[in-house]
Amino acid sequence: MFRGVLGKTLGLVGLTVQYGCIAHCAFEYIGELVVCSGPSMEPTIVGKDVVFSEHVSRHLFKIEKGDIVIAKSASDPHMNICKRVIGLEGDKVCTSSPSDIFKTHTFVPLGHVWLEGDNLKNSSDSRSYGPVPYALIRGRVCMKLWPPHRVGPMNESPTGRIIQTKPQSDWD
Amino acid sequence: MAQQAGRRYLRAFVGGFFVAVPVTVTVLDRVAYVARVEGTSMQPFLNPEGVSACDVVLLNRWRVRNYEVHRGDIVSVVSPKNPQQKIIKRVVALEGDFIRTLGYKKRYLRVPEGHLWIEGDHHGHSLDSNSFGPVSVGLLHGHASHIIWPPNRWQRIQRSLPEDRGPLLSSHAAEEEEEF
Repeated sequence: MFRGVLGKTLGLVGLTVQYGCIAHCAFEYIGELVVCSGPSMEPTIVGKDVVFSEHVSRHLFKIEKGDIVIAKSASDPHMNICKRVIGLEGDKVCTSSPSDIFKTHTFVPLGHVWLEGDNLKNSSDSRSYGPVPYALIRGRVCMKLWPPHRVGPMNESPTGRIIQTKPQSDWD
Repeated sequence: MAQQAGRRYLRAFVGGFFVAVPVTVTVLDRVAYVARVEGTSMQPFLNPEGVSACDVVLLNRWRVRNYEVHRGDIVSVVSPKNPQQKIIKRVVALEGDFIRTLGYKKRYLRVPEGHLWIEGDHHGHSLDSNSFGPVSVGLLHGHASHIIWPPNRWQRIQRSLPEDRGPLLSSHAAEEEEEF
């Protein structure tokens, strides 16, 4: 009888470990649900919104300019930040605010990205703490799932801070 | 008969596959990782023979799950210059420490909050904080706990700081005294 109980317990433990590992792989490599807080991404994402952040693009290095990403905070690894990618490595980004007379620019260093919130007036982002290493990015926000009347894919950047490089003109 | 045996085999294989792959991936991500050390940046401690015989180290990923490191630990971090590469270096200073740098753009600096200062033991042949500055703690990948190959170099890696590379002023001085 003891052996029966032991066998069943071991079976249960094995099953828990197996499902735990599958859950880990799903959260790490597929995606996760994130509850956002803070005003830095208004009006695109407001406090208490639930979004789905997919991790596939990040592992395949396919994050693009204009994507909204969830990243680990550079100054506190236990905290996550949700911002938009304004520039990838090598891109030119504007470091002055729209109200400045003289515009200053900088280039994003290798292996880093430039993040800014959509709510420029109330967002602490790369304009204050500089470019963020790419490896701190956890995932790309692709869909809003709550509140129900605003479910759907994310919008383009409303701030106009992304400097689009013109594609090379046609070579005949 | 053969068809039934074949189908049973296939089912066992697929079943085993769905157990083995997630468990292996989870163990490599959360528990331990084995990595070959390439390059000479940590000589003479790691790779003393250079290219001819590379050390293989065991990286303890469970230790860094809460980002706890100490000065003198050898850790692997994701390179801030190339997110596809991991680099193995020694932690020389923690956040809040005031240090003297070797060839960085600022001669003296205070390590910012949430960052580490890492250096290779082989100064001058090492791509480390002296080139790219303080490294965010979120980039920590693992803590190198043992050298497991070649067999004649089996050992537990002890925490040790080179004498001349410690912090000049440290904000964690009291706790560190008890550790040693």
